[in-house]
Amino acid sequence: MIELMPALTLLFAAAMIGAAFVAIQVEQISIAILAAGLVSLLASVMFLFFAAPDVAMTEAAIGSGLTTFLFFFVLGRVRGDKHD
Amino acid sequence: MESLLDMTGGLLLVAGAAFLLLGGLGLWRMPDLFNRIQAGAKTTTLGTILILAGTAFLHPEWGFKLLLIGLFLLFTNPLSSQVLARAAHRRGIETSPKTSVDLLADSLSEQDMPEKLPSEKTLSDKGIEEKS
Amino acid sequence: MVETLIAFAALLTGIAFLFALLRFIKGPSTFDRVIAFDVLTVVSITFIVLSALIEERGIYLDVALVYALLSFLGVIAIARYLEGRF
Repeated sequence: MIELMPALTLLFAAAMIGAAFVAIQVEQISIAILAAGLVSLLASVMFLFFAAPDVAMTEAAIGSGLTTFLFFFVLGRVRGDKHD
Repeated sequence: MESLLDMTGGLLLVAGAAFLLLGGLGLWRMPDLFNRIQAGAKTTTLGTILILAGTAFLHPEWGFKLLLIGLFLLFTNPLSSQVLARAAHRRGIETSPKTSVDLLADSLSEQDMPEKLPSEKTLSDKGIEEKS
Repeated sequence: MVETLIAFAALLTGIAFLFALLRFIKGPSTFDRVIAFDVLTVVSITFIVLSALIEERGIYLDVALVYALLSFLGVIAIARYLEGRF
């Protein structure tokens, strides 16, 4: 029987690498913003796995929620006619 | 020996995880965007609520927070998937040919049609030209 | 017995996580990636609840509460951007 929490941490670390690969490899800027938000979300869950729920809550609120929302808001305001 | 409450909670956890697995499988295997939205939204909502119920069976003192999380999920998850499907429909995402059924056209194409009828689009174009 | 059931549930949820992640990496259009992002958020909420069960700490559920609110806002913002209505 393997330990459960290290296995989950390894799964989330591998997923973070995959999401970061998507973020640097794709052409459309909206998908890159989305992948960066996914990296932040998985980082927040990993903070929780390392027993820091306050840091995880801050990272989820600011890194994953507010930053993604702000990027899409500004991107929609800047280039009005042409999307992804 | 565990009590009946713990066993019920554990079985609810496994049932919810099975629904999540079905949702992930549908997200990977479905041929179309709208099918993927349907497979991804409904099954994950039900699976997560089952897992929250199983956790409430295992730890009854966490009941209020679990109820709050379940209510948020129940309100927000169908809403976000509906908004996403509406945005996809407005952007004109094409559906897969597997998902539309047109038995009459299939049976007509098997027979030999003697003469080609003008399609509806050319007729309407001519009508517009005559008016203008 | 309950620990085995929790581990089995975590295994099934991990397979669902991998499928959603593969769809996020592959996904032909932007909308596929957005729906994969949504599913990944919900699966992450499940992982948070399971880790609260494993570690026996109820304070972890507050993070799941924040997630359940924020995933909704993120997907709404993305959909409004893709509709071109900001």
